[in-house]
Amino acid sequence: MAYHSFLLEPISCHSWNKDRTQIALCPNNHDVHIYKKDGTKWTKIHELKEHNGQVTGIDWAPESNRIVTCGTDRNAYVWSLKGEVWKPTLVILRINRAARCVSWSPKENKFAVGSGSRLISICYFEQENDWWVCKHIKKPIRSTVLSLDWHPNNVLLAAGSCDFKCRVFSAYIKEVEEKPGPTVWGSKMPFGEGAGGGWVHGVCFSHSGNRLAWTSHDSTVQSDLSVSLSSETLPLLCVSFITENSLVAAGHDCYPVLFVYDGTKGSVTFGGKLDVPKQTSQRGISARERFQNLDRRATSSETTEQGLESLHKNSISQISVLEGGKSKCSTFCTTGMDGGMVTWDVKSLESDLKDLKIV
Amino acid sequence: MAKNTLSSRFRKLDIDEFDENKFIDDHDEAVDNQGPDGTEIENLIRIGDTMTAFHLALRNPPLNTKNPAVKERALAIVLRVLTSFKSSDIEPAVKSLDRSGVDLLMKYIYRGFEKPSDNSSAILLQWHEKAFAVGGLGSIVRVLTARKTV
Repeated sequence: MAYHSFLLEPISCHSWNKDRTQIALCPNNHDVHIYKKDGTKWTKIHELKEHNGQVTGIDWAPESNRIVTCGTDRNAYVWSLKGEVWKPTLVILRINRAARCVSWSPKENKFAVGSGSRLISICYFEQENDWWVCKHIKKPIRSTVLSLDWHPNNVLLAAGSCDFKCRVFSAYIKEVEEKPGPTVWGSKMPFGEGAGGGWVHGVCFSHSGNRLAWTSHDSTVQSDLSVSLSSETLPLLCVSFITENSLVAAGHDCYPVLFVYDGTKGSVTFGGKLDVPKQTSQRGISARERFQNLDRRATSSETTEQGLESLHKNSISQISVLEGGKSKCSTFCTTGMDGGMVTWDVKSLESDLKDLKIV
Repeated sequence: MAKNTLSSRFRKLDIDEFDENKFIDDHDEAVDNQGPDGTEIENLIRIGDTMTAFHLALRNPPLNTKNPAVKERALAIVLRVLTSFKSSDIEPAVKSLDRSGVDLLMKYIYRGFEKPSDNSSAILLQWHEKAFAVGGLGSIVRVLTARKTV
């Protein structure tokens, strides 16, 4: 598990390129920085300056090598690499509030932007006009769209929103694709709905697209199996499937948590806390320290731990799969508000944490 | 003076009602639970069977109703049960609840904190400690984010 501290500022969002040698991230300002990996060191190679507001979403399309960014300035830009420079193309989203999240579709011929204007903009490139055009999905969204995830069939889109619901929409654009076949989400175009008790922060389809899971601000993890799991942790902000049966979610508790999705039992259960076990030093505690602890913290406990025991020192805001895809993930990465990025290796987690079983 | 300053009837109009972007919470007004039965619980407390009184008090929580009197009555009954517990009995009582029961208990505990009385705070804090041990921070977050409160 490698922890790399990029900056002191929170990392608002990040995205990796296809071979995972470069990462594009936003250091909580109006820019996007691209870092390149040199062995164990990271060097900044590009700065993408175009947005007038904080960049809230970045997605790097692996095949076509284009980056789409969206920000609080209500704009989205599609960046293409021309030689050594990234050139932006403005996309008019026609929204009157900040954009919150952006995601390329699996075939990379369109992307979806969720915004505070209570709608999702689906943008596709129109060849005749050489311009990105966008279509809106408005009904029945009643509040900010916080998170998006595409189904592998390139048409269905799951959206989690602040109106406490997670919905599956059809983002079918007849100009760019053919009609899709039926899926478990209904053979007609719309869609399913799941209701929760809190804002839906993170949403994720499984690799096959048959399963959907989302995390909500009332500390629950829910799935299309309709039974929600109330967690004992603080709310989880992001979630990703790492196999067809396992999800990893992370949030305000600063460590990732594993959940097991059991289709036969129809439930999602807690699988374990994923973090490096800390070696606590067994030194005796002096009488003076004991009284000091009593004075400060009302307990005369042994531990003099002042900080968090987890690798991340602040909330984790985004999780991305690095190797193996969502079906057999072998490495995933988390970034958070402490400005750090941790790459987690699934095999070594399984061997380090004895009770962990990733099915 | 202009004619439109004569009538002030427009001041009684709530223009937010006409806002087409207004968020309408589609709460299903499900069956209004009337809250637990006071007399039966009183009897159980008198004979000392606090555990059954506890389970009875947590059944039928008035989550959906908009009537504050029903909620107050239910709260009073639950607090009566919670304060009649001995400290040593609290932990097994909490252990006997399931996940949603612990969440519901936490909601009542925080409602009880709102109006502290002479002997309620100490016992409620003990209840809080035991419920927190089982429910964790998540149960407290669910008290804060719950849209249907007791």
